[in-house]
Amino acid sequence: MTQGVTNTDPVPVSQKPDLNFFQRLWANRVFLLMVLPGSIFLIVFFYIPVLANVVAFQDFQYSDQGFIYSVLHSPFVGFQNFKFFFKSADFWLVLRNTVGYNLTFLLLNFFFAIFFGVVMSQMRNQRLLKVYQTSMLFPYFLSWAILSYFVYAFLSSDKGILNHMIQAMGGTPIDFYNSPWVWPFIIIFLGVWKGIGYNSILYFATAMGIDPSYYDAAMIDGANKWQQIKNVTLPHILPVATLMLILNIGGIFRSDFGLFYLIPRSSGALINVTQTFDTFIYRALTTTNDIGMSTAAGLLQSIVGALLIFISNWVVRRKQPESALF
Amino acid sequence: MRKKKQITAVEIRKFGPGANLFFNIFLGIFALSCILPFFFIIILSLTQESDITTYGYQFWPKHWTFASYQYLSKMGHQVLVSLGVTIFVTVVGTIMNSLFSSTYAYAISRKDFAYARFFTIFALISMLFVPGMVPTYLIVTQMLGLQDNIWALILPMSFGVYNVLIMRTFFKTSIPEPIIESARIDGASEFKIFWTIVVPLAIPGIATISLFTSLGYWNDWMNALLYINKDSVTPLQYLLVKIQNNIQFMTQNMANNGAVAGAANVPSEGMRFAIVVVATLPIALTYPFFQKYFVKGMTIGGVKG
Repeated sequence: MTQGVTNTDPVPVSQKPDLNFFQRLWANRVFLLMVLPGSIFLIVFFYIPVLANVVAFQDFQYSDQGFIYSVLHSPFVGFQNFKFFFKSADFWLVLRNTVGYNLTFLLLNFFFAIFFGVVMSQMRNQRLLKVYQTSMLFPYFLSWAILSYFVYAFLSSDKGILNHMIQAMGGTPIDFYNSPWVWPFIIIFLGVWKGIGYNSILYFATAMGIDPSYYDAAMIDGANKWQQIKNVTLPHILPVATLMLILNIGGIFRSDFGLFYLIPRSSGALINVTQTFDTFIYRALTTTNDIGMSTAAGLLQSIVGALLIFISNWVVRRKQPESALF
Repeated sequence: MRKKKQITAVEIRKFGPGANLFFNIFLGIFALSCILPFFFIIILSLTQESDITTYGYQFWPKHWTFASYQYLSKMGHQVLVSLGVTIFVTVVGTIMNSLFSSTYAYAISRKDFAYARFFTIFALISMLFVPGMVPTYLIVTQMLGLQDNIWALILPMSFGVYNVLIMRTFFKTSIPEPIIESARIDGASEFKIFWTIVVPLAIPGIATISLFTSLGYWNDWMNALLYINKDSVTPLQYLLVKIQNNIQFMTQNMANNGAVAGAANVPSEGMRFAIVVVATLPIALTYPFFQKYFVKGMTIGGVKG
């Protein structure tokens, strides 16, 4: 096998036109072996789970004769799981939270990533800039499991540093983990804060790639710094930014599970402002073990996500064909 | 890349001194907010337990102590087990993922491969649709029977289509076709070409995806949350999730391990922060050195092949 295809002919043996199906398979055996592990992975962890979404239309019953037997012998109930989900109070809550938070993230990330990217591209001291960038990437590399402790050290109602400060200034301490009104701010701040180092890199790189002669020309025309940024830097960044904005729309029904589950410490008092599709699905799976309904919610999420990707790709293809995904 | 241009262009494109100072202060404060919490956690792990109970969390405690770490090394059996699980999962998973993703990417990047188009689409489709948490959960637990099995932490992330895209771009742009062509005419087998010519040239790309992947494994607690109940296969990140929800978990665990005598005086607060430090330190110490690979991966990934 290690000898593989030994061939002195300049035309690759795998591409010869006069091969039948099995001969062609054999001629491509080395490449096929290379894609084999990945293909098995895709079948087991993508294609089969996609098909397993059929349980969204079933009243799923576990049986001890294996999963396939369970699926084949669970009764079909049509769209009942979906109806159940739509009629529950959770649906509107989850929809409002997921879409609301994501739209906010979309806009704020758009704004702050460009802002930081442009500012960093204009800094004079390269060494200091490196320090800033490295520091700003740090939270991006940490998990929400770790960050939840960082946050707790600040927000803990009796020991947290924030309440110490509030008390030191004569205010009344806030029981953060039982105060829903503060959480939209906390979640949005943390989401933007964690990602900004990463999100700004693209715009920083784009701004650094602008031909300096544009700035030269602008200065000769008497443009000040702000006018240079407005008329040179931003127009160069805008196509990239629009593309990112459109592409991110596909994820508007998805949420960062750790941010919404671990950071609020899964506090029951905060459910109204922290429950999203993903946390809802997880809780339905683990607490009520409602396989049918939680799968239905996930399937809805995936279908809307796929539709949004198709739509946004269609928009991109009309505006910037070279940036389209497919 | 553009170093020369940058240096000559500094005066033209940069902020004036006033704006530069202002934004230095601004960026400095923001950058500090990104690393300060970690130093705060380190301080808390070195704070005497009685200080935490009386004064709460403080930036500068009255009494410093290594007690948390001493307890951790003496009685933190679970922490050692979890650290072992995390290291095993990270190493094995990263090797599997980079190997499988690279070979897959290489095959579909070769024009000689008759089914390249099919396998490209076969992989890309998985980026459009998410199979969902529950169906995946059912497959892993019911069909593969991996509940409480360490492979439940490894297999679900042992291949990455995004890594395939990064590597495919890499192979297409930085491995010259003529080299492969001439090696083949010299009679080298495809395997030999891959191992002796392609892999050495692709090291920067492999380093990039390996770093992303190892970070993903090290930081993963989601798979453990879904599939793991047993303490013996609990990774470090999931241990943190568990002791966040249940302060008693640590002390109970110690009691079970026969360390009942000291259990009452265990610095449970300080120890939790010490575990956070243990889980964070490897990342904090290594990522600044690998940063350029991460940045490269971020920008390569955006290139459409």
